Amino acid sequence: MSILVDKNSRVVVQGLTGKEGSFHARQCREYGTAIVAGVTPGRGGQEHEGTPVYNTVREAVRAQRANVSLIFVPPAGAADAILEAHDAGIKVIVCITEGIPAADMIKVKASLGDGRGDAAGAGATRLIGPNCPGIISPGKCKIGIMPGYIHKPGPVGVISRSGTLTYEAVAQLSRRNIGQSTCIGIGGDPIIGTSFVDALRLFKDDPDTRAIVMIGEIGGTAEEEAARYAARELGKPMVAFIAGQTAPPGKRMGHAGAIIAGGHGTAAEKMAALREAGVQVLKTPDEIGGAVETILAGGR
Amino acid sequence: MKIHEYQGKQILSRFGVEVPRGEVAFSAKDAAAIAARLGGRCVVKAQIHAGGRGKGGGIKVAAGVEEAERLARGMIGMTLVTPQTGAQGKKVRRLLIEETLPIAREIYLGITLDRQRGTPVVMASAQGGVEIEEVAKRDPAAILMEPIDPLLGFRPFQARRLAFALGMKGDEIGRAAKLMTALVRAYEETDASLAEINPLIVTTDGRVLALDAKMNFDDNALFRHPEIRDMRDTDEEDPLEVEASAHALNYIKLDGTVGCMVNGAGLAMATMDIIKHVGGAPANFLDVGGGASAEQVAAAFSILQADPSVKAVLLNIFGGILRVDVLARGVVEASRKVGVKFPIVARLEGTNVEEGRKILTGAGLNITLADGMLDAAKKVVALAAGVR
Repeated sequence: MSILVDKNSRVVVQGLTGKEGSFHARQCREYGTAIVAGVTPGRGGQEHEGTPVYNTVREAVRAQRANVSLIFVPPAGAADAILEAHDAGIKVIVCITEGIPAADMIKVKASLGDGRGDAAGAGATRLIGPNCPGIISPGKCKIGIMPGYIHKPGPVGVISRSGTLTYEAVAQLSRRNIGQSTCIGIGGDPIIGTSFVDALRLFKDDPDTRAIVMIGEIGGTAEEEAARYAARELGKPMVAFIAGQTAPPGKRMGHAGAIIAGGHGTAAEKMAALREAGVQVLKTPDEIGGAVETILAGGR
Repeated sequence: MKIHEYQGKQILSRFGVEVPRGEVAFSAKDAAAIAARLGGRCVVKAQIHAGGRGKGGGIKVAAGVEEAERLARGMIGMTLVTPQTGAQGKKVRRLLIEETLPIAREIYLGITLDRQRGTPVVMASAQGGVEIEEVAKRDPAAILMEPIDPLLGFRPFQARRLAFALGMKGDEIGRAAKLMTALVRAYEETDASLAEINPLIVTTDGRVLALDAKMNFDDNALFRHPEIRDMRDTDEEDPLEVEASAHALNYIKLDGTVGCMVNGAGLAMATMDIIKHVGGAPANFLDVGGGASAEQVAAAFSILQADPSVKAVLLNIFGGILRVDVLARGVVEASRKVGVKFPIVARLEGTNVEEGRKILTGAGLNITLADGMLDAAKKVVALAAGVR
């Protein structure tokens, strides 16, 4: 199994006709993902590399039964693109765009709710990102910009705030013949749709995910929240790496959300919280593959 | 992006926050003229992008025009060292000359993003004039918080609740609430990431004013605020960081000897960490981005070369969709163009990696290949230590 996306995912690409959108939609299709529609306002009725283009997400949903959106819209319009997908009833929205103003994301997040829906489990919209590589369920579908070929189907869930560092972890796992159930890049911005805890909840309920790799970084308290969740509820082994142990305070390290502010958000605090929660914390990313191999060999 | 106190006050006063009368001075002559307009007695405040200025001698009261001119002459051009500047300090180029006011009480008022809640939060404390982080450590209960609802906004009752809790009386309550509402509007309408008034003062005659102003802005939103972008003062930034930002490179100068060039912010941080882990010290953070074009790599090499403390460079690339052979050709071209003098250790992963490795080793450059990050870090740290 896998979480959020699989063989039944039917993807509409918002911003399909742009350079990035075109290139990555092609890569996703080559991986086997059902890219069923594109949305570019004003180009409805055209075809782009064999994919029908619509003016609105609502039309794409109606005509092609799209149920996942992949967004490549530039920063100034990206928040609006997320809201349009939500309004059209899309339940999984993956936003790749880097550079969306935080104020826009605050409003988006407030109107999307907490992603868990109502008591009956209906109505939940799950946003992944923004500023992320997307999500892949190896062997089933890839909805994002990650290199598909480094992945392998298997029992390990991967969640990360960083792009290339995730590829690093995945490549190490696959090289040891350890596959992944689903890999999610949750994004490097201060306000993101899916937190570590949200993703851990989903992995907890996925019977085929036997171990989890979490890659965090400086800034915010998402890792500390994940540590509390791991200690109380997760019930599955997890290894973690936190980037930015040598990052100076007050400086934004590439990602908008990677900053030590007011003495908080340091790697040391996060590593200590995770260790205390019983999570195996690694000092270097080179150790990820080996650590997971040991856990799986232990039959846990 | 950061701005100066005087610029922050200009913005705040536009939104209706009362600030002391004052003007910016670039010379001692300016300072004298402004002091005369203010009636002689004034405060001379050094404008640098760092706090704790009073402790370093960057804030002084002048009794009259002559003293203001003399203090200004001493301050302009001086290197101000404060608890926040580091030992190297910051050079003072601008001053704020401001009226003095009779202070009855000092309060802290600030707004920043609460990442856990996903909303901005207004923070206030009756213990103004000291760093809020210190209050948070010593007496967390002394910090009052009111989250701003993203859809409803900051409500008048929240402002009143803060004013009462801060011990305001009579007319002060309405004045403080009005100021808080104005501060929230300034924060929201300028896409600020921090708006801090420390201290906010109540004068002996009951006025409520911002005696200091610190504003930071969301870099991602500057595209819709050209007037704020124009307030950027590159004199306050590291020259190499300014150069890097002109090439769309994410670069931060550090004080080690091992230069880093990496694609991706997380991997770039992890690369710094592993250098430290094996006993070296990173000279910088540098994310060349997912694309890493030959032009960007060349600009990155120039920046690393301009840093005299760089003794060797670790090139760490995970070419996912980016082809490693294309990147390797770019590296060879760029290092010839720039005339790279330092030894390079390259750790490459991804599509067409074998061809990429051949291109790098066959180019007659001083490049060593490595397997994995740990091996790369060990090799580059040894090289950096060996070069005298």
